[in-house]
Amino acid sequence: MTARERIAGNVAGYVDDRTGAAKWMKKNLTKVFPDHWSFLLGEICLYSFVILLLSGTFLTFWFDPSMREVVYEGSYEPLEGLKMSAAYASTLDISFEVRGGLLMRQIHHWAALIFMVGIVVHLLRVYFTGAFRKPREFNWIIGVGLLTLGIVEGFLGYSLPDDLLSGTGIRIAEAIIQALPVVGSYLAFFAFGGAFPGEAFIPRIYTVHVLLLPGIFLALITVHLMLVWYQKHTQFPGPGRTEKNVVGYPLMPVYMAKAGGFFFIVFGVTAFLGAVASINPIWLYGPYTPGQISAGSQPDWYMGWLDGLVRMAPPLETHAFGHTISWNILIPGLILPGIMFTLLALYPFIESWATGDKREHHLLDRPRNAPTRTAIGAMALTFTLVTLLNGGNDIIATTFHLTINQMMWFSRIGVIVLPPLAFVITKRLCLSLQRADRDLVLHGRETGRLVRMPNGEFTEIHEPISAEKAWLLTSHEQLAPLELPEHDGGGVRRPGAIKNKIRNRISRSMATAVPKATESERKELEGHH
Amino acid sequence: MSNEIELIKDPGLPAHVHRRADTDPKAAARAERQVAILFLLSALGTVLLVYSYLFVDEDLFFFIPVLGNTNAHQLGLGMGMAIALFCIGAGLIHWAKTLMPDEEVIAQRHEFKSEDEDREDFVKTVKAGAAAAGLGRRPLIKRTLGAALGLSAISPVLLLGDLGPLPGNQLKTTSWKKGTRLVTDPGDRPLRPEDLEVGAVAQTLPELQPGEERTLSNIGKDAVLLIRLRPEEFNLDAERLSWTHEGIIAFSKICSHMGCAVALYEQQTKHLLCPCHQSTFDVTRAAKVIFGPSARPLPQLPITIDPEGYLVAQAPFNEPVGPSFWERSS
Amino acid sequence: MKRLSRLRRHRATGPILLIFALFTIGTTFQVASAVDAEQTTTIAARSAAIDEGREIFLKGCSSCHGLNAEGGEIAPSLIGVGAASVDFQVATGRMPMADMSTQAMRKTPVYNAEEVYALAMYVASLAPGPEIPTEEMLNYERDGSTAEGGELFRTNCAMCHNFAGQGGALTQGKYAPTLMGVEPRHIYEAMVTGPQSMPVFSDKTITPEEKLSMIKWIKAAEAEPQLGGAALGRVGPVTEGLLVWSLGIGLLIGVAVWLAAKAR
Repeated sequence: MTARERIAGNVAGYVDDRTGAAKWMKKNLTKVFPDHWSFLLGEICLYSFVILLLSGTFLTFWFDPSMREVVYEGSYEPLEGLKMSAAYASTLDISFEVRGGLLMRQIHHWAALIFMVGIVVHLLRVYFTGAFRKPREFNWIIGVGLLTLGIVEGFLGYSLPDDLLSGTGIRIAEAIIQALPVVGSYLAFFAFGGAFPGEAFIPRIYTVHVLLLPGIFLALITVHLMLVWYQKHTQFPGPGRTEKNVVGYPLMPVYMAKAGGFFFIVFGVTAFLGAVASINPIWLYGPYTPGQISAGSQPDWYMGWLDGLVRMAPPLETHAFGHTISWNILIPGLILPGIMFTLLALYPFIESWATGDKREHHLLDRPRNAPTRTAIGAMALTFTLVTLLNGGNDIIATTFHLTINQMMWFSRIGVIVLPPLAFVITKRLCLSLQRADRDLVLHGRETGRLVRMPNGEFTEIHEPISAEKAWLLTSHEQLAPLELPEHDGGGVRRPGAIKNKIRNRISRSMATAVPKATESERKELEGHH
Repeated sequence: MSNEIELIKDPGLPAHVHRRADTDPKAAARAERQVAILFLLSALGTVLLVYSYLFVDEDLFFFIPVLGNTNAHQLGLGMGMAIALFCIGAGLIHWAKTLMPDEEVIAQRHEFKSEDEDREDFVKTVKAGAAAAGLGRRPLIKRTLGAALGLSAISPVLLLGDLGPLPGNQLKTTSWKKGTRLVTDPGDRPLRPEDLEVGAVAQTLPELQPGEERTLSNIGKDAVLLIRLRPEEFNLDAERLSWTHEGIIAFSKICSHMGCAVALYEQQTKHLLCPCHQSTFDVTRAAKVIFGPSARPLPQLPITIDPEGYLVAQAPFNEPVGPSFWERSS
Repeated sequence: MKRLSRLRRHRATGPILLIFALFTIGTTFQVASAVDAEQTTTIAARSAAIDEGREIFLKGCSSCHGLNAEGGEIAPSLIGVGAASVDFQVATGRMPMADMSTQAMRKTPVYNAEEVYALAMYVASLAPGPEIPTEEMLNYERDGSTAEGGELFRTNCAMCHNFAGQGGALTQGKYAPTLMGVEPRHIYEAMVTGPQSMPVFSDKTITPEEKLSMIKWIKAAEAEPQLGGAALGRVGPVTEGLLVWSLGIGLLIGVAVWLAAKAR
């Protein structure tokens, strides 16, 4: 034993005497993780979160979360001598006086945008592969929670500098609070410490942004990761992979190196964006005052769909008995998003109710093999895309020589018409892909080589696919639709028949599939060649 | 032919394919060199960062295609950090890919469900514990505990009571009163009708009385937009027409939808556009909404001139300004 | 297998072909959509500017604006608009208006400086109106304050022209154009004359000194290099979001694919 090994052994022994860690470490250092690039998307979020913590802590050393009025005395001439809040002035100082300050501000903001992009692509991967099914429903709900909190945290974060653009966003948030029936004006005055904008809001959201929400994030992310660790990661179907195993690489050294390396990659890419691309140039926006506004005012991208919904809302308000209810604010701002996020969170339970499938799943679905689920996902994506585009309708209009009026009508109609269209097209696409898979298994790959037979006929040579590929294309399960009883033995309608009928219908739709190729069919065909 | 359908079988894990570095020591040495170069590049990145931080002038700009005029200090700091971090990552990943073992390992999943025995024991433990606590047998304790906990929830909510004042009348009133002069924003200069030409706009605020201060919260309710048209261009009823003066009309600048500043005046169409959600208001018809999500026109401020010829408010707004709220009656 | 077949099956072929196709489509589009707006016409100069102006007017403007500049169905009257309006509209190329659809756009001027001056003098002779500001009146470096100009700009201009003067959308396809690369004289004239959709900013509501401050701020913003890196159009979160969704996640997914791929 070398001296180094001896010292390491002593240290390990010291720790193990007090914690019993050796047993746990031994088991977990050899834990197997499956390797697919799409499994790294969640890591983008995790590492962005760490980057946010690090860069954010840096910023807190200089940021002054106060709305008291100061006169600017820094080095940026176009704002010299102007009155502004201390929050805005301190952000200017970070940008212009602190070496590395602007870089850190930009890294922090780019990391926030990447964090949200990561969450969305990770959510899409989990959704389209069915990774949310039992036993991972809790993790899905936590994930939706992280998505929602991420949107709030980002909004609060870019509102801290109290510039014209983010101040406008706060004005709109206040209008949403104020529009709540019965309690709206009270809640708004409580949140802002008085009339808008007041002097209390920035210091308060600072506490939420820097302490409360990061704490909640840390807790949720920890549970999220512990569940993945304990339940083991899902894996794509393939040769040698079953519901009962995990095929991949051990934590030490391979996964540690790859995942650890990926952290540095994410940090490096974020730093690269912070180095070459300007983001949130608050000195150009100017300090916030309710009397000013800029053309082309938008929230950050992850709230663009909300802005788009608010823009396309019809001008509906009810005035009755001396009170007002602003449907034009409540529906796009609270009710619709509430419904959307609730449906999103409950989806695993909705799907298992619709298919009647209550078993554990550790093998992922190829999206084409779950056509209805994939089509629903495409529908949701289309809805989000239309609302997102409408959020930037004025900039799109000036860039592409359209009118905001056209964009508005396109969005109002499109948001209702396009999602069902996307559903139908996607479902048909999935079924075509299933058919293509079936053909590939039964007939082999078209090589493009033509051969002339002795009798003069031309045929294309088909190369049979490998056993591994054939297994990949046929290993999935094709669920039979539910057939819940609607009548009892004597033909009389049961109570709860309607519920069963609906459930049967839905599960029939979910079970639509092209029957997968079987060995029997292959053998039969082989006999013909 | 048998009737049973035979499914395609799992061929099992494919045979392991060795990488070049696994079999060829020269390839392994090359991979090792590549990893080392990446780590060295990272070190260079850090050197660039340190050098930029300490020695590069913060006012130096130079031209780069695509980026335009770039600040050397910022770029040095940022690219130094980016290269330093990225290359460590790339080195680690390349090392794992080429040199660390890449034979796939199979581990078994375990069942999550506890043994039936354990489940029964769990239920028994909980039941025994509950019985020991005796809540079931002691309704007095149960009820008073419930009352205590329930009541205690009031305290934290109540303690937040001074978060803000009650709205009172604040949402319904502004600083505008009869006789308040309209002054320019910024500048605080009072205005005469002849100061505006036809087609002109002016951003205005109520004149400050001596000793008064103007806060952002005041501006958030008091901002008013003055627009001058030709009197014959108005399409107003008699009362609203009497709130204008020689073709000059005044509206609250705070959007009736969600409170953004509405000051985008299209001189030829006489429309006001709010850039936030594109509500469009027709100035000739008292800011009636003609497009977009706003449900109400902008409140109109009645104006006239005072004995010195300056524009003043005839009276306060006849309705609350800004976004709607529950207590708003119209 | 033949070399070409082998190359066709190379794993890098797909990405390379894609990049090539994107590049080809991109450059083709650029070239095809480049607007060729070169027009060169000069009219021989004559002695009195007003006479010259009338001549030019009758030839190039009267078909829409009327023989006596009284206006008509498709064009407004020019009586009283002043030399400043003419200088703004014609020297920026907006007039003569080529495309009658939405609004007059800045383009290569049809008339040279002398002709513009002649036109302006002619229109000014019809009735009093705003005059072309002199060099002395436009000394914004001396007479203007950048910071004050910024405040004035954000209160009066940003809602149409955007916080950095990049332009913005109006209703029905109209737009407030970018203020970048506009002569200080023309900025001043636009504020005073209120061209097309733009309102008038009278000298009493925004004083001449304040106007100079605004011009000074606009020029400073134009000259200011973007400190944090590429400016991304100075339009705010929309282009920032586009960048993360293209370059940001693209780079990260690219590395992820590389990470999980088996080494050779």
